[in-house]
Amino acid sequence: MTQEAQTDQVPCAAWPEPLLIATLFAMDPHGLGGISIKGRSSPFFDAWLDLLKDLLPDGAPLRRCPVQTGDDRLLGGLDLATSLALGQPVVQRGLLSEVDGGVLVLPMAERLSSATAARIAAALDEGQFQLERDGLTSLLPARFGLILLDESIGPEESPPLALLERCSFRLDGNGLGLADLAGAGASFEQIQQAKSALPGIGLAEETLVDAICEAAQAFGLHSARPALLCLRIARMVAALDGRQAANLGDVTLAAQLVLAPQALQLPPPPEDAPPDEAEPPESQDEAEPAETETEPPPPPETPPDTEAEAKNQPNPSEILVDAVKSALPAELIAALGNQAKPNRQGRASGSGGGAMQKSPLRGRPIRSRSGTLKPGERLNIIETLRAAAPWQKLRRRPQAEGAPASKRIEVRKSDFRIRCFAQPKEATTILVVDASGSSAFQRLAEAKGAVELLLAQAYVDRSRVALVAFRNEGAEVFLPPTRSLARARRQLADLAGGGGTPLAAGIDTALMLALAEKAKGRTPRLLFLTDGRANIGREGKAGRAVAMADALLAARAVGLSDIAAVHIDTSPFPRPGARDLAEAMRAIYAPLPYLNAQAISAI
Amino acid sequence: MRIAFPFTAIVGQDDMKLAMLIAATDPGIGGVMVFGDRGTGKSTAVRGLAALLPPIKMVKACQYHCDPRADKSSCATGCVHRLDGQTPDVGEMATPVIDFPLGATEDRVVGALDLERALTQGEKHFEPGLLARAHRGFLYIDEVNLLDDHLVDLLLDVAASGENVVEREGLSVRHPARFVLIGSGNPEEGELRPQLLDRFGLSVDVKTPDDLALRVEVVRRRDSFDRDSAGFAARQAGAEAAVREKIVSARGRLSEIETPDAALEWASRLCMAVGVDGLRGELTLIRAARAVAALEGDTKVEDHHLRGIAVMALRHRLRRNPLDETGSSTRIERAMTDLFGS
Repeated sequence: MTQEAQTDQVPCAAWPEPLLIATLFAMDPHGLGGISIKGRSSPFFDAWLDLLKDLLPDGAPLRRCPVQTGDDRLLGGLDLATSLALGQPVVQRGLLSEVDGGVLVLPMAERLSSATAARIAAALDEGQFQLERDGLTSLLPARFGLILLDESIGPEESPPLALLERCSFRLDGNGLGLADLAGAGASFEQIQQAKSALPGIGLAEETLVDAICEAAQAFGLHSARPALLCLRIARMVAALDGRQAANLGDVTLAAQLVLAPQALQLPPPPEDAPPDEAEPPESQDEAEPAETETEPPPPPETPPDTEAEAKNQPNPSEILVDAVKSALPAELIAALGNQAKPNRQGRASGSGGGAMQKSPLRGRPIRSRSGTLKPGERLNIIETLRAAAPWQKLRRRPQAEGAPASKRIEVRKSDFRIRCFAQPKEATTILVVDASGSSAFQRLAEAKGAVELLLAQAYVDRSRVALVAFRNEGAEVFLPPTRSLARARRQLADLAGGGGTPLAAGIDTALMLALAEKAKGRTPRLLFLTDGRANIGREGKAGRAVAMADALLAARAVGLSDIAAVHIDTSPFPRPGARDLAEAMRAIYAPLPYLNAQAISAI
Repeated sequence: MRIAFPFTAIVGQDDMKLAMLIAATDPGIGGVMVFGDRGTGKSTAVRGLAALLPPIKMVKACQYHCDPRADKSSCATGCVHRLDGQTPDVGEMATPVIDFPLGATEDRVVGALDLERALTQGEKHFEPGLLARAHRGFLYIDEVNLLDDHLVDLLLDVAASGENVVEREGLSVRHPARFVLIGSGNPEEGELRPQLLDRFGLSVDVKTPDDLALRVEVVRRRDSFDRDSAGFAARQAGAEAAVREKIVSARGRLSEIETPDAALEWASRLCMAVGVDGLRGELTLIRAARAVAALEGDTKVEDHHLRGIAVMALRHRLRRNPLDETGSSTRIERAMTDLFGS
């Protein structure tokens, strides 16, 4: 299957991709899971959505689900007005079941919480969901497809993986215009026709399944889901074309649409390719996520373009350093992580990460309490009614002899149940590590150890850890904010050190990440591990003076933000320069060689 | 009712399937925790198991579907009439496999005052929740790590005591709620609290098969199921019946399985070698091995039974060292090789 032999021509392969995707999606929104569209909302997107609407059957709902939608609107709950009027509980359907048979649009999908994503994913998998809320039990249909509007800017943000993985298609809306929608396409009738033909569509050869699985494996997609979606889409393409069986051309097109954009790795080069590089291919750049590629990797039938390979060639001077037990004791790291930066008023901002902050007004509802209603607080009506219910017989007793018993529900002040909300006050500790040649070995290993120690407490803390490393000419987010030890360990294993010290770039990247975390409502903290001896400036050019000036400028930006920072000086002999840097960042300065846990907790 | 993907048609994932069969044979094992990446068939296996389980006999009049053979004093709320010495009407029902939906509110989990009856008739009546429905069956929680903490605590408490005690809105109700907890989670979403982890009897890790041929088979079967569920299920019916029969017969013989001293010693030595705290590890090890012996049609517990389930019974009970790269499973395997040879 790897030969470019007789690839059958498929007419709709010539359609513009957005048009093709809309057509296929309209055929079976639920079966294809969804589409993730990157880019800000634009005229292109509106036009594309209009097109999709035309292709969907009449009356198919298309609803937007705002990011902060709570469980009562998402899943459903008690319809209070109707329930009270009828005197019996009436279910109010939530968005997930209102869009049954249609499409759910999730704007700002990158801001969606994993809890909400899990609810949507569960409904998507089953095509229905069990409502167990407000005293109601109901099985509601929810066969819908998703459209994720991914408006993230940097690689730090992305829609929840649970949803992304269930989407068949990824579409990059950036740079697409209305012209990309022009084309013959298929009419609504043609789509309906293809849809009804779909169950009868077979495969030209059974080995096509093998080809799809092989391709998925080559792209590093280990779940069976992408392969299944690919197979389904190949059949749809054949149905659109009016054929009875899907052939290699259909499969190739489907793989291009589904597998390539999701690829986690580039397929290994064919055996006969000249070994122009001594580096074995299983180095770290193979695990590079596809998001960093500007172009989608080529379909499996063609050899990967060597240009992409060359771009990521590892620096021979890079040395892989394994995580070793950190020289920093656990308490020290915890103490540092919890240090708060005095804010402008000199008041410590925030007190450690972790525990849910009980807030009466915002967050996830947890339970209710009795008491008097204060302004801004919300009544939990169901619980209030429950509290009042046992007394109704007593309270409805007529006041005067002979007067008819009242039918109204009598609620007293003592019945009031007030909703309590809990807002997770999540902290993100961003470790900024100097991975330059001067401090590579020991420090890098320590930093890895520190990340793992921090993560070991992460469940209790509900905090996240991220790692920014700077070396050679620039800085990169090596470990995006995560709570997962498994993931951290995997990614950190690949962190290598070497080269110059682009301190300014490191500080810039860390600050960007911190601000992104802040925008998500988390509390970021920066923890710098460097000797502060920059020798690469912002422009990427070598030169100590420029580099130090740039670093100081970057540090000042941190100082101006209200993000807490700690600077651990890792040089054997602390110099005034490092202290200046810390002052510019308004960071706590701690020279490492003379450091011990007690000294730090005294800071 | 939609047709579930047949349990016996799941390709590979032998550990997960075995753990679920053990729990089905001996519900006292204490639940199964399944870790795995997305799309590895965790939910599929649970739904498949639900379709596979043999039906249970129950007291018709009891809202908690109590076992007619059970001690009648255990259910004072549902089986009131049995206390008067009457013989209850016995019915049959499918083993409950209850989904615990994310976003469920506490009142629906533990049960609460029936609002409709309270408002319209002024009656104080308890409406049972999910815990009552799961009694004598399975409670499945997908994405355990995303569950709110207060619900997790509540579940653990009930799972450990086998009884749900409700004290709210002037109600005071207690009813039996013995169920097998099946949790699934993705380690990438975050770690689980050790207290929670320890409550699960068995813990398995599922991975997508690396082997291409197996993967092709996964995709093929799933695809043919998606295109014709009824036909696929019908083709699989024979295999399903065989496994159902195996469970029924294993349940019957479970109490007769001998546990020689050698097996007990084997378990203790392994637990000491890997450093498992408390006795729960050893007990689970023995119990699970007994269930495996029953499932395989043997009469006594032998080393190979223990060996087959040692990892799933212990791997979540080892003290974790975040800096130790070797996984718990490897440590247990290694200890077994050291102690008992390969």
